[in-house]
Amino acid sequence: MKQSRRDFFKTAGLIGAGASGLNPEKAKAAPVNIISDDRMGVLIDTTVCIGCRRCEYACKGAHDIPQGSLQDYDDRSVFEKLRRPEIDALTVVNEFTNSKDPDTPIDVKVQCMHCDYPACVSACIVGAISKQENGSVIWDTDKCIGCRYCMIACPFQVPAFEYNKALQPDIVKCDFCFDRTKDGGIPACVEICPMEALTYGKRFELVKLAHKKIANNPDKYIDHVYGETEVGGTSWMYLASKDFKELALPEHSDEPAPGASEALQHGIFKYFIPPASLFALLGGIMWLGKNKNESELGE
Amino acid sequence: MHSLMKAMPIKRNFFTPLTILMFILIINGLVFAFFRFTSGIGSIANLNNQFPWGIWIGIDVAAGVALAAGGFTTAALAYIFHKDEFHDIVRPALLTAMLGYTFVGLGVIFDIGRSYYIYHPMYMWNGNSVMFEVGLCVFAYVTTLYIEFIPIITERFIGRVNLRGIFSRFNKVIETVIRNLDRIMDKALFFFIILGVVLSCLHQSSLGTLMMIAGTKIHPLWQTPIAPLLYLLSAIAVGFPMVIMESLISSRSFSLKTEMNLLSKLGRFVGPLLAIYLAFKLGDMAIRETFVYLNEFNLVSVMYTIEVVFGIIIPLRMFLWDKVLKSPFWVFVASNLVIFGVLLNRFNNFIIAYTPLYADKPYWPSIGEISVTIGFISLEILLYRMLVMIFPVISQPIKTSTAKTKIALKGVIR
Repeated sequence: MKQSRRDFFKTAGLIGAGASGLNPEKAKAAPVNIISDDRMGVLIDTTVCIGCRRCEYACKGAHDIPQGSLQDYDDRSVFEKLRRPEIDALTVVNEFTNSKDPDTPIDVKVQCMHCDYPACVSACIVGAISKQENGSVIWDTDKCIGCRYCMIACPFQVPAFEYNKALQPDIVKCDFCFDRTKDGGIPACVEICPMEALTYGKRFELVKLAHKKIANNPDKYIDHVYGETEVGGTSWMYLASKDFKELALPEHSDEPAPGASEALQHGIFKYFIPPASLFALLGGIMWLGKNKNESELGE
Repeated sequence: MHSLMKAMPIKRNFFTPLTILMFILIINGLVFAFFRFTSGIGSIANLNNQFPWGIWIGIDVAAGVALAAGGFTTAALAYIFHKDEFHDIVRPALLTAMLGYTFVGLGVIFDIGRSYYIYHPMYMWNGNSVMFEVGLCVFAYVTTLYIEFIPIITERFIGRVNLRGIFSRFNKVIETVIRNLDRIMDKALFFFIILGVVLSCLHQSSLGTLMMIAGTKIHPLWQTPIAPLLYLLSAIAVGFPMVIMESLISSRSFSLKTEMNLLSKLGRFVGPLLAIYLAFKLGDMAIRETFVYLNEFNLVSVMYTIEVVFGIIIPLRMFLWDKVLKSPFWVFVASNLVIFGVLLNRFNNFIIAYTPLYADKPYWPSIGEISVTIGFISLEILLYRMLVMIFPVISQPIKTSTAKTKIALKGVIR
């Protein structure tokens, strides 16, 4: 390293000038992530659901997935195993035994919860997942690189991935029927439900409705609206007659799922001050040491 | 500066029984790579919706980044802190880092479903995403490493550009370009060296933030708010052991004299660095009271104990021992333990600690995943061997009478 002190300052000045031109606020560096007061949601009353799986049928129809015939969905043997949303099933219904009343098992529909503070939106490296104004958390095929970090991040383990496709494998998950709901339509599963177990509406009204239902029927429901506060709140919420843990719905704190990771991330990069300071510090050490070396040699 | 050592290309036979074995391992990996790129990841990997990430991320990427830390730690030591005696080991460390990060990139290309969109993060930004930061930082750093390698290339070719036939007319132009490049790099190298250290600190730590978003899916033994600090400290601690391990292997493989004096001096830094890492790791454990999980006897507690005892405590004690520092064999063992410890830490954090909510069976890497990873490592070693034979990377004693005079002179002056 042959370099005079003057050179050092010259270059360092140039770098400083370059860095000050960088303004992180200017860059549109985050995907759409709106929490509208009027965001929509769905309240699932698991005490009403009969496990007819019409919602699975309608969902496939609405998303161009082969449906088969409606009779296939009367087959209740699928309930023997716990099922999860898959690349060919954005929603599935699971059945659990009811200790209070063994003749009426509890059926729980599973799909993307459409979190208010979605971990997948925070995690996605290219901002391919966004939270829309109507509450939908949707995925953009034009951006996705298939890294599957959203699957790592999801607190409900919902997104599925097309592992057996070499070209354009998709991240597959419930999109709240965004193509229908954005124009005022209602989700396919809500539309088909013969029991009206699913109620589609504004989220804040659904929360009120849920608590009213609990207050009117304190014997029927446990006093807990799953999704009201879990991971900071979700657009889809559940009512049930027994503890949600026993219905394969994970226990979560009220902290938004992105948790401390976003705060840490922004702390490290606050206006590029920490990295720039580290650069200056190291540069200073390098320069001082160089000075010392030169004077030792008698310059 | 006079030096009795000079970096020179190594003249040896490229082919040995071991390199041939590595070729076989690479071909084996390529077979699986073919299926990965024609039939999808699922055709060769044991990944599913519950376990989206396996050893390609846990080992190839996470551990790969950590084990390439020798590059920035030695560069900082030799150039920023002006410990001039270590200049001779900067080049091998730089080459390892350059290859290491290149293979991290390759690992990512294998793992992401849409490899051909790897450039998307360059202009599709998500400032909230930890992975976005890691990705851009790693990209910037690998570019920096290639730039830092330029002087080695120019040194090799200055005055030696000798194209034949119709290309001979370009000789003069190329020579001028190389000479100018060399001059520019001589002035600008300091900038890239500091930049490399800053970028390394950034992404080495952010790698620790990566699994934080998985929340309760990561076991509390590893899910800590100071994970970024632990990742940075462990990366700094593993840098010198990597350099020592490689130096000992290459001096053996190329039958060069072992620079034990230099390596034991380097080894002296490892003990304190490991001690700092251990202090934070155990302090974190004490504050969050995660030691309760060690009362249970299961995979997680066993893996954690192995990581801390064999990966930190034992090598820490060894590196503080003069006998170990002076013995090539024992310092090799101690270095490998540190490397093993950091590799295991990344593996544990990304794979063992990760418990998805609805897994019906645990993750175990498939033959395909293991083959690809081993193929990568073999290819990396072969490329290292090839590049040190082409470029002046490894320092060797100058075998002339003038060199002897230099030694004598040096002895008097110091």
